[in-house]
Amino acid sequence: MAYSEKVLDHYENPRNVGVIEDDQSVGTGMVGAPACGDVMKLQIKVGEDGIIQDAKFKTYGCGSAIASSSLVTEWIKGKTLDEAGEIRNTHIAEELALPPVKIHCSVLAEDAIAAAIENYRAKNK
Amino acid sequence: MSNIKLPIYLDYSATTPIDARVAKKMAQYLTLEGEFGNPASRSHEFGWKAEDAVELARKQVADLISADPREIVWTSGATESNNLAIKGAAHFYRKKGNHIITVKTEHKAVLDTCRQLEREGFDVTYLEPEETGLLSMEKLKAAVTSETIIISVMHVNNEIGVIQDITAIGEFARENKIIFHVDAAQSPGKVGIDLSTMKVDLMSFCAHKAYGPKGIGALFVRRKPRIRLEAQMHGGGHERGLRSGTLATHQIVGMGEAFRIAKEEMASDNDRIRMLRDRLYDGLKGMEEVYLNGDFEQRIPGNLNISFNFVEGESLIMALRDLAVSSGSACTSASLEPSYVLRALGRNDELAHSSIRFTTGRFTTVEEIDYTIVLVKKAVEKLRTLSPLWDMYKDGVDLSSVEWVAH
Repeated sequence: MAYSEKVLDHYENPRNVGVIEDDQSVGTGMVGAPACGDVMKLQIKVGEDGIIQDAKFKTYGCGSAIASSSLVTEWIKGKTLDEAGEIRNTHIAEELALPPVKIHCSVLAEDAIAAAIENYRAKNK
Repeated sequence: MSNIKLPIYLDYSATTPIDARVAKKMAQYLTLEGEFGNPASRSHEFGWKAEDAVELARKQVADLISADPREIVWTSGATESNNLAIKGAAHFYRKKGNHIITVKTEHKAVLDTCRQLEREGFDVTYLEPEETGLLSMEKLKAAVTSETIIISVMHVNNEIGVIQDITAIGEFARENKIIFHVDAAQSPGKVGIDLSTMKVDLMSFCAHKAYGPKGIGALFVRRKPRIRLEAQMHGGGHERGLRSGTLATHQIVGMGEAFRIAKEEMASDNDRIRMLRDRLYDGLKGMEEVYLNGDFEQRIPGNLNISFNFVEGESLIMALRDLAVSSGSACTSASLEPSYVLRALGRNDELAHSSIRFTTGRFTTVEEIDYTIVLVKKAVEKLRTLSPLWDMYKDGVDLSSVEWVAH
């Protein structure tokens, strides 16, 4: 299995690994299942202005899954919720040069963003 | 750190490098200066010399397993031997019955051959092993019917290295007049085989797991009592009509030499290989949430298959880029399914996904093992800091109670 440079980079130097302590301003999304070999947890801290101030992730999965989730935490920081929701798995796959058999990792990352946003919005109706 | 060559090869169960002595011998059967003749050429010295080499190799293979040379049929490998044995016997004896018994943990060469026979109308039972990976005699006996013609159980499992009690199974099969086939691809040089006492009717071998070349194997076909097979490769009638095709002298010589060396050096090789494997296990088993897959005692000396809970196998393999090992993880196989062998042992998905198979061999060194221990510990620790499952475990969450949002 040949990994792209970017995937290896995110594995060696993952961005924003960690946990944000839960409160009103935090949205948490957990997607995937151990049975599939992929579980992603994405957390966003949203400011009063609706902009994502911080993002953290934890991922159980292959190199491509780790890279996909690490990448999205970089991308969504500084974006509004709507802007973050526009990120598509195709953008992620292209950036990381994911082979066809790993596309599902980018799909899961897109789902993780959606889940985190949904969780935040549900808490802040 | 001295002169370790990276990556370190710890995948001896996948294949082995050809021993230098074997390669040297093989090289004598290639070019114009060597013995390049077709062993079937009856009319000249080129053929006779090649034939002599083939027959010597046949004896070398037979000697390792205490068989008669006339019971050895050359094939292209254990996969072909499995096909020839199971399809060959099933077709020949189909008037006696149409039921075959095998085990869920067999190699795909056996399982897929059985699936093909099912498509042809045969009835196959796939038995589940115990958690140790070993087959229970009770389960086997219970599965037999009046239609059972073949039982196929591998000697040594390729993934977990456990050794089945083929002596006991053979006694049972012979008593009940059922043909007993054993896939012994992983056995030569690792565990003793004595076909003068073990009641096995058909046994598959290959060379490349015993420091011989890839692309050559053999099938033991018992003469007393006589086992008949329908040939799967038709042509010039080679190997008493059982397997047509010009014999590859250089390959056969390689297999013979490899098996000769295996016979001589098995005991000393195994002591070393076991010591290295045990050293590796001792270095890793102190970690939290580490599980050995398969029975520890009934196991070949070089195999260590462990699951590191809460860490996914492919990411672990990526972290272990300086090691050549294999994983029971879905991501590393073409499908998204975890190892069927580990699933058959009752391992849950997480543990099946996070397993690594390390196999030591003739050329493994102590330095390589020590380096491996350090590397594996570091990699597992790092991946656990990334893992949400590890966090949940540490927080005391019961993962089996979680409702996952999967696709």
